[in-house]
Amino acid sequence: MKIPSSIWTLLIGIGLTLTSLWYGQNHGLLPTAASDEAVLVDGLFNTMMTVSAGIFLIVEGVLIYCAVKYRRRAGDNEDGPPIEGNVPLEILWTAIPAIIVIGISVYSFEVYNDIGGFDPHSVHESPIMQESMAMPGAAIAATLNDTPPSTAPNLNQQKSDEAMQDPATAAVRNADQIPQKQDAPGVGIVSPSIGASPENAGKPPGLKINVTGLQYAWIFTYPETGITTGEMHVPIGREVQINMTANDVIHAFWVPEFRLKQDAIPGRQSELRFTPKVEGDYTLICAELCGPYHGAMRTQVVVEKPEAFEKWMQEQLVANNNTLKEAVAVNPANLTPDEFLAPYTKDMGIQPAMLHHIHK
Amino acid sequence: MTQAQLQETANIPVHIPEPGVRKWQDYFSFNTDHKVIGLQYLVTSFIFYCIGGVLADLVRTELRTPEVDFVSPELYNSLFTLHATIMIFLWIVPAGAGFANYLIPLMIGARDMAFPRLNAVAFWMIPPAGLLLVASLVIGDAAEAGWTSYPPLSLVTGQVGEGIWIMSVLLLGTSSILGAINFLVTLLKMRIPSMGFHQMPLFCWAMLATSALVLLSTPVLAAGLILLAFDLLAGTTFFNPTGGGDPVVYQHMFWFYSHPAVYIMILPFFGAISEIIPIHSRKPIFGYKAIAYSSLAISFLGLIVWAHHMFTSGIPGWLRMFFMITTMIIAVPTGIKIFSWLATMWGGKIQFNSPMLFAMGFVGTFVIGGISGVMLAAVPFDIHVHDTYFVVAHLHYVLFGGSVLGIFAAIYHWFPKMTGRMFNETWGKVHFALTIVGLNMTFLPMHKLGLMGMNRRIAQYDPKFTLLNEICTYGSYILAVSTFPFIINAIWSWLYGEKASNNPWKALTLEWMTTSPPEIENFETLPILTTGPYDYGVKHAPANVSPSENPVFRADLDEPYPSIESDIETRI
Ligand code: HEM
Ligand SMILES: [Cu+2]
Ligand SMILES: [Cu+2]
Repeated sequence: MKIPSSIWTLLIGIGLTLTSLWYGQNHGLLPTAASDEAVLVDGLFNTMMTVSAGIFLIVEGVLIYCAVKYRRRAGDNEDGPPIEGNVPLEILWTAIPAIIVIGISVYSFEVYNDIGGFDPHSVHESPIMQESMAMPGAAIAATLNDTPPSTAPNLNQQKSDEAMQDPATAAVRNADQIPQKQDAPGVGIVSPSIGASPENAGKPPGLKINVTGLQYAWIFTYPETGITTGEMHVPIGREVQINMTANDVIHAFWVPEFRLKQDAIPGRQSELRFTPKVEGDYTLICAELCGPYHGAMRTQVVVEKPEAFEKWMQEQLVANNNTLKEAVAVNPANLTPDEFLAPYTKDMGIQPAMLHHIHK
Repeated sequence: MTQAQLQETANIPVHIPEPGVRKWQDYFSFNTDHKVIGLQYLVTSFIFYCIGGVLADLVRTELRTPEVDFVSPELYNSLFTLHATIMIFLWIVPAGAGFANYLIPLMIGARDMAFPRLNAVAFWMIPPAGLLLVASLVIGDAAEAGWTSYPPLSLVTGQVGEGIWIMSVLLLGTSSILGAINFLVTLLKMRIPSMGFHQMPLFCWAMLATSALVLLSTPVLAAGLILLAFDLLAGTTFFNPTGGGDPVVYQHMFWFYSHPAVYIMILPFFGAISEIIPIHSRKPIFGYKAIAYSSLAISFLGLIVWAHHMFTSGIPGWLRMFFMITTMIIAVPTGIKIFSWLATMWGGKIQFNSPMLFAMGFVGTFVIGGISGVMLAAVPFDIHVHDTYFVVAHLHYVLFGGSVLGIFAAIYHWFPKMTGRMFNETWGKVHFALTIVGLNMTFLPMHKLGLMGMNRRIAQYDPKFTLLNEICTYGSYILAVSTFPFIINAIWSWLYGEKASNNPWKALTLEWMTTSPPEIENFETLPILTTGPYDYGVKHAPANVSPSENPVFRADLDEPYPSIESDIETRI
């Protein structure tokens, strides 16, 4: 019995759709989603995987079908039919990808907004938006113009000063060596990479942490308590804002389970806001090439129950008091970087040799 | 240049030494024949491909185990820095220029490029630039800040290596600008009178788009690198934060070139694939104009997407959305090309020889790189995978699965024309099979590695990634092995292969209408077009007759072949 070809097309279409839908949800390619943001990003990724699987199967399917069906038989020296174009078909396959990418863009836009990419509060308080919108010329020209003629306050400096109020932060950020950038229009110096999600907009974050990246370590200071650690602890369900900078070269803060990443750039303050969701130990990875031991620049982020977090905080307070007294007793200026960093880095799996190496 | 000057340049005798090859030494001289220069480009860049490939396998060997146990971390960084620099600037970009040099004058019926000596100058910048880089590795002080060379890191690692790297890339950039000027003028001014833009082969369209892109973007890279050199050597602080400079400005300048550079690396091979598929499917290319204009569209859009490499560098939200949308839009013209190639094969009479296999491999793997590219454009997702192995996987599917397979397809396709000999089909197929297996085995697992949390440019990684890394490493050994059948086949066939006829594929573009290899000034008489470049299966164009008796192509004996000067005159 001969089944009409349109039925075949229909069956193949259904099979393809089902396969793509199934694969989009069951690819198993991502680690645990441990923050509120991660869940949203995963939704986007799964959708893109579904669409991608469909396109992949269609293109590879047609390619293999052609290879099998339209093979030239031995002895056949004829040419194929001279079909040079087909306007409706060409419109169709311009329109379909266009619609797909518009769809993905809109979805990405939504997710980006929901995870706080457009934190309306911080955009509002910064003059960057309005100014850069009004600037003629391309963004690249704008960035070249380092010092805008405006008298607007240097947000970057303000953020830096704010962070420096915490003596522990001040001790590890060498702000005197790396001047704070003026706000450059179009670049967004105090960049809320991911700011507050729309429902938290305008509210202060539940917990602030100052993060400093330096060749090959991350150092965290908690301004509310003044403690300094080499391991980040955060409680479940409280919105955290981290305020980053780097001491030497560019580093990047990445916790794969949070699906968040932001460069820490010397001379700039960058921010990231997120809400941890699932208890566990995750690895914080430096994602930007920062030197030979870049691959070793990693530490733990511990997401724990609020009680456990409070307990940890108390322990740190005790421990930190001792270290700080030591640090104050000797003038940091007389210390080699190894000696200065030793108390902070001893728990981080960083060998002194490594530190020595880079500061030679 | 004014028209008068242009003519004057064209009038100066350009043949120093004799153009064309008489003996093998000519390939090592300042020859001005575009065919010699084309082969010089191709062979030189292939040698660098082998060097880049050795570096890649050293990188992969280090990554076989989670610890740093094969090379020192410093050397590791130099290895991947030079691997990438060599693959991009000394293999793919010059290989594209090599094909353009060889093919453009033949395809448009010209006797040479518009500026033959400039052409030779452009080529002769490449060997010293490449030697500089390789030398820096040999003396053990090579750049180690990645091929992107982001300050401040590039300013604090070794000064010598970084200085050499900047010098070398500047030379290569200059070479590519000179080449682009030449391609543009040749394409615009030197087509035979009967060839309008819409009779031009698609490879020529692709080179038009590529050259425009080179001219617009490369100077920005040069500017960025010169400023970086000042920071490095003269102590200025354009990009150095300790003096108040801004490292992010460098990233804007770098990517303003280097994003377009990926199109500079892929567009010529889009063009080559558009030549190869119709010929070996015996069908006209489907949607000639769509393919031609989509090259221009890609070239234009390519200039306004650069900041998608900087989504995590702290650019404002609205700017990220702008670059996300422009990046997404590029998928549309690219999609048009892919669907048109598929439609060209549909209903054709596909001949499975090496050029066609590589062309189909190109389409099949490039699609994977293209799809992951659209995913990367989505800002929230890119924030997760930026600077991870997901990106390494994506870029290799595009550059290896796209550009490199495209280069091989083109080499196999034009080999008979360039050498006058056929290559060995069986070894070509072995080469293809090993490449496809090795390619997917090396790069497919990297998608998962990146998504799970393996960042790029690291010599040591979390032991939980060991298995997938082992697979990648063994895949890379297969890739290394895959080049041997090719090298042996190419050398052997070039020397002893079966003699090729002038038009072994029964093609309709002009380069096949002359001897194989072409005579010194390409055509004896002015070629005249009586058919489009892809009129396969069209009644008046029976392609099955030999070119000399092919009624669709006849040399017009009454009309003298115009000299280059008068050719330019007629076109201006
Ligand atoms: C012979 C097969 C190849 C292998 C096994 C290979 C392997 C690798 C590996 C493992 C890396 C990552 C290094 C790291 O992040 O530590 C890498 C990076 C790279 N490769 Fe390849 N590669 C190959 C061919 C190519 C080709 C043909 C190109 C063409 C352009 C290319 C361009 C690049 C680029 C641009 C990078 C990025 C380097 C960076 O992150 O700085 N590779 N390659
Ligand atoms: Cu780092
Ligand atoms: Cu790093």
